[in-house]
Amino acid sequence: MAGLMAGFGHYTHAVVRGVPASLAAEALRMTDAEVDLSKAQREHEAYVEVLRTKLGLEVVELPADESLPDCVFVEDAAVVCGDTALITRPGAESRRRETELMKGALKDLNLNLVEMTDENATLDGGDVLFTGREFFVGLSKRTNQRGAEILADAFKDYAVSTVPVLEGLHLKSFCSMGGPGLIVIGSSEPAQKTLKIMQQMSDHRYDKLTVPDDLAANCIYMNLPNKGHVLLHCTPEQYPESAKVFDKLKDHMLIPVCNKEKVKVDGALTCCSVLINKKANI
Amino acid sequence: MTTEVGSETEVKEKAEESAAQPDQSEKAEEETEEIANAEGEEKEKEKEKEKDGKEGKGISRYLPTWLKKQKSLSQTSPTKEVPATEEAVNKVTQDEEGPTPEVNGHAEEVEEKEAEKSEQVTEKEAESHSNASADTEPAKEEKVEESPKKSPEEAKETTEGEGAEEQKKEQEGEAEGVEEGEGEGQASIFQSPLRLVRKTKMKLVVCQVSLLDGTDFTCEVEKRAKGQYLFFKVCEHLNLLEKDYFGLTYTDSHEQKCWLDPTKEIKRQIRSNNWQFAFNVKFYPPDPSLLTEDITRYLLCLQLREDVASGRLPCSFVTHALLGSYTLQAEFGDYEPDQPRPLDYVSQRTFAPNQNKEMEEKILELHKSHRGMTPAQADTQFLENAKKLSMYGVDLHHAKDSEGVDIMLGVCANGLLVYKDRLRINRFAWPKILKISYKRNNFYIKIRPGETEQFESTVGFKLQNHRSAKRLWKVCVENHSFFRLNAPEPPPKARFLTLGSKFRYSGRTQAQTRVASSLIDRPAPNFERTSSKRISRSLDGAPMISITEAGRDTAENGRELHSDSKTPTLKLKEVDLSPGDAEATPTQSPGDSELAPSQDHDKTQDEVLKHQASISQLKRSFMEAPPPSPPQPNQWEKRLTSSPATTIRVQQQQVVSEPQTEAAAAADNAISDTKEPAKTTEVEIEETVVVQEVSKAPKPGLVTVTISSPPEEHTREQEVKVGEEVEVAVEAKAVKQESVSSESESEEEAEYHPNVSVSFSNTQIPEEKEEEEEVEQEKKEEEKTSEQDTSAPDAPALPVEVSQPVETTIREGEEDTGAEKKNAEEEQGGVTEESTDDPMLTPEEAPNGLTLPEESVTMTAEAEEEPKMNGEASLVEAEPRPQVICCSEPPVVKTEMVTISDTFAAQKTEIATKEVPIVHTETKTITYEAAQLDGNGDGEPGVLMTAQTITSESLCTTTTTHITKTLKGGLSETRIEKRIVITGDCDIDHDEALAQAIKEAKEQHPDMSVTRVVVHKETELAEEED
Repeated sequence: MAGLMAGFGHYTHAVVRGVPASLAAEALRMTDAEVDLSKAQREHEAYVEVLRTKLGLEVVELPADESLPDCVFVEDAAVVCGDTALITRPGAESRRRETELMKGALKDLNLNLVEMTDENATLDGGDVLFTGREFFVGLSKRTNQRGAEILADAFKDYAVSTVPVLEGLHLKSFCSMGGPGLIVIGSSEPAQKTLKIMQQMSDHRYDKLTVPDDLAANCIYMNLPNKGHVLLHCTPEQYPESAKVFDKLKDHMLIPVCNKEKVKVDGALTCCSVLINKKANI
Repeated sequence: MTTEVGSETEVKEKAEESAAQPDQSEKAEEETEEIANAEGEEKEKEKEKEKDGKEGKGISRYLPTWLKKQKSLSQTSPTKEVPATEEAVNKVTQDEEGPTPEVNGHAEEVEEKEAEKSEQVTEKEAESHSNASADTEPAKEEKVEESPKKSPEEAKETTEGEGAEEQKKEQEGEAEGVEEGEGEGQASIFQSPLRLVRKTKMKLVVCQVSLLDGTDFTCEVEKRAKGQYLFFKVCEHLNLLEKDYFGLTYTDSHEQKCWLDPTKEIKRQIRSNNWQFAFNVKFYPPDPSLLTEDITRYLLCLQLREDVASGRLPCSFVTHALLGSYTLQAEFGDYEPDQPRPLDYVSQRTFAPNQNKEMEEKILELHKSHRGMTPAQADTQFLENAKKLSMYGVDLHHAKDSEGVDIMLGVCANGLLVYKDRLRINRFAWPKILKISYKRNNFYIKIRPGETEQFESTVGFKLQNHRSAKRLWKVCVENHSFFRLNAPEPPPKARFLTLGSKFRYSGRTQAQTRVASSLIDRPAPNFERTSSKRISRSLDGAPMISITEAGRDTAENGRELHSDSKTPTLKLKEVDLSPGDAEATPTQSPGDSELAPSQDHDKTQDEVLKHQASISQLKRSFMEAPPPSPPQPNQWEKRLTSSPATTIRVQQQQVVSEPQTEAAAAADNAISDTKEPAKTTEVEIEETVVVQEVSKAPKPGLVTVTISSPPEEHTREQEVKVGEEVEVAVEAKAVKQESVSSESESEEEAEYHPNVSVSFSNTQIPEEKEEEEEVEQEKKEEEKTSEQDTSAPDAPALPVEVSQPVETTIREGEEDTGAEKKNAEEEQGGVTEESTDDPMLTPEEAPNGLTLPEESVTMTAEAEEEPKMNGEASLVEAEPRPQVICCSEPPVVKTEMVTISDTFAAQKTEIATKEVPIVHTETKTITYEAAQLDGNGDGEPGVLMTAQTITSESLCTTTTTHITKTLKGGLSETRIEKRIVITGDCDIDHDEALAQAIKEAKEQHPDMSVTRVVVHKETELAEEED
């Protein structure tokens, strides 16, 4: 009975998906990077292990689909808030079918499903930043206005503001939540500009944590029983300067997670899981 | 009882004016329209003012010779008139004090008896006061009574009778059919006109108000009653004290829902014969848990349930279910497992627009989990969830953007939101908005330039028509005013907003209403909460009524308490202070008062009795449980009461002599009280931050800065404060007027500057200079005003005038005032007709005495030109924000100028925080005054309830906190004056320390607003420090 908008960061379940072999060659990417498949798979296994073992989440692991090279990035297929799940319509044509399996998994979790059936709408979960009090939807190559409207319709309790994504693939390619009211943001000019817009659009106040590397700004915040504030963030090896910034978060349980290979195909930390709070259901 | 008297006096003044005015006006312009009457009233008021010391030149032309004679007679033969007024006052006092049931009904008899008694007292009082003041006083009294008691009509009757025997007789005669009193020469003259007027005015109209619980409330009002009157009636019926969040709506001829302007006549707003209204939440409190009373929360719940069920407040399935379950818990109590068909009573109710069985089951399931929750708790939980909804408190308006794309504009507590479909595509927080205006069907907001931008930009939207543009504009102005005043996080700009629209003006800001309600709470009786459905139904019943009365009493308590002290001076103060009076005044417009009598009589006596009883209770409670600080108030009161005028003078002198702002700050506090009343009925809370920065460079050690307000000195300080406050009040008034004027302005165009610009005065004696400046400005304004004619309908001007006389009375000693008054009167005479905005203003003006009236008048009349004037006049405008400017159209009234002058303090907070560095100026004393828009009770000290001084020291700062609680006309005002002495050598960043101190002060009292910041620098080595 937590009530509306309570318990930001409380999660009990995580939905993940395996890494298909096709990822190395076929997964979409903004740069021409060579991906070491086995490294990527090991990386992902470690990631899932953190969720499952270290954090004690109930992990639902979906099988990889070779015909869907990007299917490991489950975040884009669904947006879950409370007990409502919006099944998206990914902006990339090749990824549309990723939602099928996701839909089934979320249905099994007894979530209220909302499907984005409008053919004019596209939305990647990576463009959706939920702050605990409101949504920001990045209008990007993958997400359009109509998709944002449908999201707003699905989550009526919350304000949904659109912000332009000037650079990078997704909104969350350079920002994410680092805690309640704390936005982690990259230091690039487009990132800072977007942050300003978000701050202007919001009735709420957010603190910001600026990290030197945009991609390092993508981290995963959780608030777990017996663990308190948990933050999965980049490793010092990958982004040494940004890692130092995270180290300053004294109240957080900091867990560096390697994402070196997946990032080559634009996979950030948040991309690889859909987090769900079943107990939050009112 | 002093306070009561004072308030009463003011009221009486108004009433008298109103009463007298109609007569005169009627004679002169019997056939003219109602408007003409109003004008006549104004004229009359002006005349009265003239009587006070100066005969209005402008008025004279309007008035027939015989009228002048009458006036002269009255002046010459103060005995008759004055006694009458005095009598009235006395009567009023008596009524309030003791249960004199007959007051209204048997006005004549009572009057005679009372008159005798009162005459003696009155005469004395009159002697002390100028004749004019005496005249005014009675009117005030009448007004006061009406407003507090909520039976304005009755009060009016009383007041009328009290105010002038002749008038009374006439009125009574008319009302009762007895024309005994008319025999007197003057009376006879008046009679015919009065009758005519009455006949026209007497018409009563049945209003139907649909309440939030679905029931209808029916009451009769005079056809010319103002919105306020009906609203008070409804609140009384609901037993609602925290009424500032609510309002009445009507549906206009275009099927648009509009807010009823409390300061305008109902008839002129609805423009049809459809006297149907709805009681609604107007300002959704962002944090309902801060509401004082459960009944307020309950009403808010009812509104939200309707909003949710109708889909106006969209929410998710789960939220629908959750809110529905709390509703069930509140209305039915615990879930009863034995209930045969639990789903039935769920499905009978509408919780959501798309309610289905699944939802109902969910509601029921959740309801079970609320076991043990009281109705009040359930409502609280309901609100805690509802308030988080993104569309909570957002008032949507259809519009098109510059490219013709359909959008929605949402006005809320934080600013203006732009939606496209369901998406928020832009947001303009109030602090970002420099100006709000509309022209025809265009709505514009001027945006403060961002960090990287050099120029301010204007964003335009197209609305369906000019009516909707104006409506949106009004809503913006009101919301800005209401919420910005004391938004805890964001800056201080808020206060100024008040100025914008009439609506705004007429109401208290959220901060003020919070304070008021918190103060009301103590003495107030326990309101039985009508949490459950059944209970709610019973609201209509007797019990509720009784409660209501108690509530009223509470509001009146302040006055009554004051009433104990019988000094005329105090009375005056009270009058000013009690916003209720001011509010009542509009309702009591002369015509109304006359009309009301017949119906009111019956109720009056009973009500009076009840009121008295309740009042006495309230008094007791107040007296017994004053605020935290020890019960010093009595002493204060006495002092204040004893020699108000003297005190004021002294204060001023002190101020002058002592550049230190401390006194000023103190004055501000006092003033604030006065101001508040004018605007709103209840209490104003202002936080005055006086930062004294004393740095002695040569001495590395700490240099002490004395706290100027030790407990012993309190009295003096207060006095001083009063004087200063007066000034402040004037400013505030001007601002208010401006706002008012804006409303009254033309419909086609209007501007509103949400932010008040802060002007820095380099003057060593900030206060004085400010005044001077203001005066100059005012004069200029006046001149302009006289030239320009404001739109006729403005009511506010009249009240202002009335108040002025009162002020005058108080400050008899001051010669300057008189002169100013004259000017003001003259100006008013010209302007008045056109601009009559809010009676509320009057009280505020009163405190300022001299300056205020002029300003107010000026303001009303001139809106557009003023801003420029202000800019020039004011030395430096630190921040462009706070200027309030209203309509540019025909009636154009601009307040900016006033604002600026007033502004001194207005934006203190923000300025202080951000721009403290500005202090760099060589000026030694800098005063930042926030425009005391709403609650600035200026002129009248009120009754001091408690005073408290706390001193704390840290390394290089000494903070003295002086908390003063004052009761004015039923409203209590809390002023916190902090004197922070920063001592140290050059190494200390004084600006930073100052900013920090101000910031801390704001944080400590998030609900309060910073009214004034005075920086006094003492540098032994002149330039070393900086």
